[in-house]
Amino acid sequence: MSGVVIVGACQAGMQTAASLREHGYSEAITLIGEEQHLPYQRPPLSKGFVTGRTTVDQLALRVESFYTERDIEVITGDRIVEIDRSARSAVGHLGRRYPFEHLVLTTGSHPRPFPGPGARLRNVLTLRSVEDAVAIATSFNGVEDVVVLGGGFIGLELAATAAALGKTVTLVEATAGLMGRAVSPRVADFFLRQHRARGVDVRLNSSVSEIIEGTPGEAGGVLLTTGESIPASLIVVGIGAVPTTDLGVDLGLGMGLGILVDEFAQTTQPNVLAAGDCAQHRDLAGHSRVLTSVQNAIDQATVAARTITGDLSRPYDAVPWFWSDQYDLKLQMAGLAQDHDEVVLRGDPEAGGFSLLYLRDGRLVWAESVSKPGEHVVARRLISAGSAVDPNLLADTTVRMQDAVIENSEMASTVE
Amino acid sequence: MPSIFFVEPDGTEQQVDVEPGTSVMMAAQQHGIEGIVADCGGACSCATCHVYVEERLQGRFAPVGSFEDELLDTTACERLPNSRLSCQLTMSDETDGVRIEVPESQM
Repeated sequence: MSGVVIVGACQAGMQTAASLREHGYSEAITLIGEEQHLPYQRPPLSKGFVTGRTTVDQLALRVESFYTERDIEVITGDRIVEIDRSARSAVGHLGRRYPFEHLVLTTGSHPRPFPGPGARLRNVLTLRSVEDAVAIATSFNGVEDVVVLGGGFIGLELAATAAALGKTVTLVEATAGLMGRAVSPRVADFFLRQHRARGVDVRLNSSVSEIIEGTPGEAGGVLLTTGESIPASLIVVGIGAVPTTDLGVDLGLGMGLGILVDEFAQTTQPNVLAAGDCAQHRDLAGHSRVLTSVQNAIDQATVAARTITGDLSRPYDAVPWFWSDQYDLKLQMAGLAQDHDEVVLRGDPEAGGFSLLYLRDGRLVWAESVSKPGEHVVARRLISAGSAVDPNLLADTTVRMQDAVIENSEMASTVE
Repeated sequence: MPSIFFVEPDGTEQQVDVEPGTSVMMAAQQHGIEGIVADCGGACSCATCHVYVEERLQGRFAPVGSFEDELLDTTACERLPNSRLSCQLTMSDETDGVRIEVPESQM
């Protein structure tokens, strides 16, 4: 059998298919998704989509003709339930078989459900799909009080949206800070103050022991472990994403939290690859991790496509980056939050926009920017170029960041 | 439906018809126009959907915002007076027929 079967019609799945054709792959490509839609963008779902600024059609990553022109077969509405190794085919939930030479798992992740009582009440919602976002947007119309469980990116973006719509919002976070280890304590604290200033009641170090039933079948609020109850007519659960790895487990692939892949997106079995949210790779600092981001989906999928075409010349070494829009604030991160020996503050947090730039041995390794997208873009370039920088110039907002470079490494060609 | 005429750096021209309300960036992505990378998917966060807008219709799009202005200073190709980030250009009947030049590089 020949051809590639890609399981998961998402950002990573679409990118794998598109990159395969871009790199001259000429065998059959089948992209299979369980949702009824062509692959679409998920980031707007927790942002503009909930408020109606973005429509479903505008979310499509590519239109249908893109796939037909490139001879990429997209199957929607089929859930792959089994991989038949001996027959080398993927089996859909209605029994349809999709034979392959190479299998790419881009099965994504799913929201971690609330682990206590009440998780199945009607107005307890999580966010992954466009249907989930529609349900949340619809619920926003009829409610006053919203409780958001989880102070990660999705929880905070939805809390910001609800607060901007005039809802009474309580956000419950189990740890001592927002956004976990993804941001520095300074940035977490900045956003904590922003949310509180806009009326969100943020409860840190707090846990919900159960979601309380109000009218039969519906949540009426949450009960904290302290015994306090908070009334709400909508509960949004944003307590993390879990890589969707069932098929990888069934195949006996090496597993961590996600499906283990090497720098060429190869799993522990030949001709089986994985990319995006479901995959776990070793990052540039040597840590094995799952990256749930658009950047990782695109870049790892591009590597997977190259691997299939036999091109192992460019391992996955992209600088990670991520963004989150909350209110009118744009939070952006680039690089790895690895050990650093110096922090430079550029700009004034009280004035609205600033960047925190993290150096190790005089080179930029990590950057956090708030409402400074231009600085974020330059930081990404400096990080991937491995540029040595002058910390004093870097802190000086009258000097362009690129002019703080004192020496570029041999990879410096991307820096202006 | 309003039309966009994308002009690639080699002079190739491609017409794309879109629903009003679609951004020039999404139109380019959805139809596979090469040269508009749009790393961030249209969040005005990355400066990789830089284009040059036909001067004749430039004033019919919403003006450059502050995030966009900052990002336009970081584009890979030179910023010109008609430079825009295509994720911030919303198509309407007013902008029907606009010619959008794609720069040589975005990264």
